[in-house]
Amino acid sequence: MDTETMAEETRPKRPIRWHVGVFLAPAVLVYTAIMILPLFGTLQLSLFRNIEQHQVFVGLGNFGTLFGDPNWSVNFWNALRNNVWFFIIHMLVQNPIGILLAALLSSPRLRFAAFYRTAIFVPTILSFVIVGFAWKLILSPIWGVAPHLMDFVGLKSFFTAWLGKEQYALTALSLVSVWQFVGIPMMLIYAALLSIPDEVIEAAECDGVTGMAQFWKIKLPLILPSIGIISILTFVGNFNAFDLIYTAQGALAGPNYSTDILGTFLYRAFFGFQLQVGDPNMGAAIATIMFLIILGGVCVYLFLVQTRLRRYQF
Amino acid sequence: MKTKLLTALLLGTSIIGTTGIALAEDVTLNIESWRGDDLTIWKDKLIPAFEAKNPGIKVVFAPSAPTEYDAALGAKLAAGSAGDLITCRPFDKSLELFKKGNLADISSLPGMDNFSPVAKAAWQTDDGKSSFCVPMASVIHGFIYNKDAFDKLGLKVPTTNEEFYAVLDKIKADGTYIPMAMGTKDLWEAATMGYQNIGPNYWKGEEGRQALIKGEQKLTDPQWVAPFKELAKWKPYLGDGFEAQTYPDSQNLFTLGRAAIYPAGSWEIGLFNTQAQFKMGAFPPPVQKAGDTCYISDHTDIGMGLNAASKHPEEAKKFLSWVASPDFATIYANALPGFFSLNSTPVKMADPLAQEFVSWRGKCKSTIRSTYQILSRGTPNLENETWVESANVINGTDTPEAAAKKLQTGLDSWYKPAK
Repeated sequence: MDTETMAEETRPKRPIRWHVGVFLAPAVLVYTAIMILPLFGTLQLSLFRNIEQHQVFVGLGNFGTLFGDPNWSVNFWNALRNNVWFFIIHMLVQNPIGILLAALLSSPRLRFAAFYRTAIFVPTILSFVIVGFAWKLILSPIWGVAPHLMDFVGLKSFFTAWLGKEQYALTALSLVSVWQFVGIPMMLIYAALLSIPDEVIEAAECDGVTGMAQFWKIKLPLILPSIGIISILTFVGNFNAFDLIYTAQGALAGPNYSTDILGTFLYRAFFGFQLQVGDPNMGAAIATIMFLIILGGVCVYLFLVQTRLRRYQF
Repeated sequence: MKTKLLTALLLGTSIIGTTGIALAEDVTLNIESWRGDDLTIWKDKLIPAFEAKNPGIKVVFAPSAPTEYDAALGAKLAAGSAGDLITCRPFDKSLELFKKGNLADISSLPGMDNFSPVAKAAWQTDDGKSSFCVPMASVIHGFIYNKDAFDKLGLKVPTTNEEFYAVLDKIKADGTYIPMAMGTKDLWEAATMGYQNIGPNYWKGEEGRQALIKGEQKLTDPQWVAPFKELAKWKPYLGDGFEAQTYPDSQNLFTLGRAAIYPAGSWEIGLFNTQAQFKMGAFPPPVQKAGDTCYISDHTDIGMGLNAASKHPEEAKKFLSWVASPDFATIYANALPGFFSLNSTPVKMADPLAQEFVSWRGKCKSTIRSTYQILSRGTPNLENETWVESANVINGTDTPEAAAKKLQTGLDSWYKPAK
């Protein structure tokens, strides 16, 4: 009772808390300068077009071209389709494997857990250029180790020039990307699994829930929020992807644009390629669409998925 | 005391300044370039040769990195600090500089008549009336072959298409060598070393190229589809997994002696001479029937122009005239085998492979790559599409007709030839 009255008395006298603003300022300023301003700059750029060396306002004209002109729309839908496939592979392969690895790692009977954890995580910190180049060499039909290794186990006949065939190239590259980034879901899930209190596990064991059943019925529901976070990270990462395709297949994302994703499509439009002159306005239009796709995806997750996830407090 | 010292100092500097001017009657010309690799050739061979003949003019070769060149040059030109002489990229990039008034019109420069119209085309306005750069070098397409392999298998250099495929069949039947080292992974190999290499024989070089620009011919015409049909026949002669074979892979396959024939550009000569342990020869793209006129792609690559804002235009013109002379051509072509002078006077070269390439100019008609002038200004870009479609045709994912149709449809969507 005493404290409450004291609080009421002091409230009107409380000074404006300048320090909050001062402490926030550096982050806000830096973030505004390098993230928010460029974002609005891009949005603005996408509404203009260069006509006779002058920037002319064309409203949504660039988007009209992007979706209406078959020279652009065919490439755009192709890139979007490829990007969706890229994302599906990650969701179906990377995240389940990440969860599996985390579950194995968190098993108390596993020896050398620290070694495995590091080894699996190391590719994540490698540069895209190294990963792209290394895998190009590994899968090379001429010098690569892949054909030889497959020969050892008698599977040579299944080897083909994966990166050079339209029907395989995108899947092959998606799997390379999965190989590189599987460490991230593994680490996040691993952390989530470790944070499950021992009492819960012990209680489950007392009730006779052990082994696989314990994973499915106790641990999985408890790590669902982490899986949600991983899904959204994968989504954002995949729809912003560019580097791996560019280093492995070049800006034209061959063969026959079969590995073209939104990032490489944007790059060609914005910066141009070889004899093609860059068109920053169309590039900005594509970047805007990418932004909207990612924004839409994140919103769907935040409002439809995350609010329904049940959280458990211990 | 202080003022005296200051006066003395000022006097001193002014005297030093004036003597400096008095001594520097020499005019210094700066060359802007992206060819950092050529720095020693310019410093040790080309510039001394020029300075010996033209006392009073000093030349400085100041290259920047290839990827930064265009941007850096643009900034320097805008600021007025660019060099007197500017190395020119072919076609649109230089044309743009000329239109902005950065490059001077040098159509009447003494020495420009040393060049054929094809050689000058890369640095002319679309109507061909004004020239703005002196052509320096071109690259020629053809096939480089492993002479040792040919001798071992008893093969003769093919001149016609029929002989070409007969040779390839024999190499394939023997099995020691991959008949042809080319991959489709990097796309441009298929277009540049494939389509643009053999194509001129079908579309009759300049005749077809000009007609395409004028809109009299279409890419779907038989003479433009024919090279695609030939490319489609190459597939069985390429190495295992050629779909994932990159450009360096192809180079290595050939220089390691694992492949017999390499569809080439002459720029490879320098590298191949140092890497290959066997004798090499070259032959021009085979003609359809014995006795047909042969055509080669003699693609203009580097030129040099005059900065319109140069303070020493007369001296710079003198230098450009020298660049247009046979003297320059001889030194340049010998220092960089594979980059051929565009001068009409034949240049004697010491490198036998380079000499073989350049000898085709005597018997064949020269042209440049069909997609470079005017036709690659729009979206979709004809050059880039040609890369993709050439690779598709060799991979067998598109028929020659379908590929040609795609290219023409793309071109039609933005290019309206002046009628």
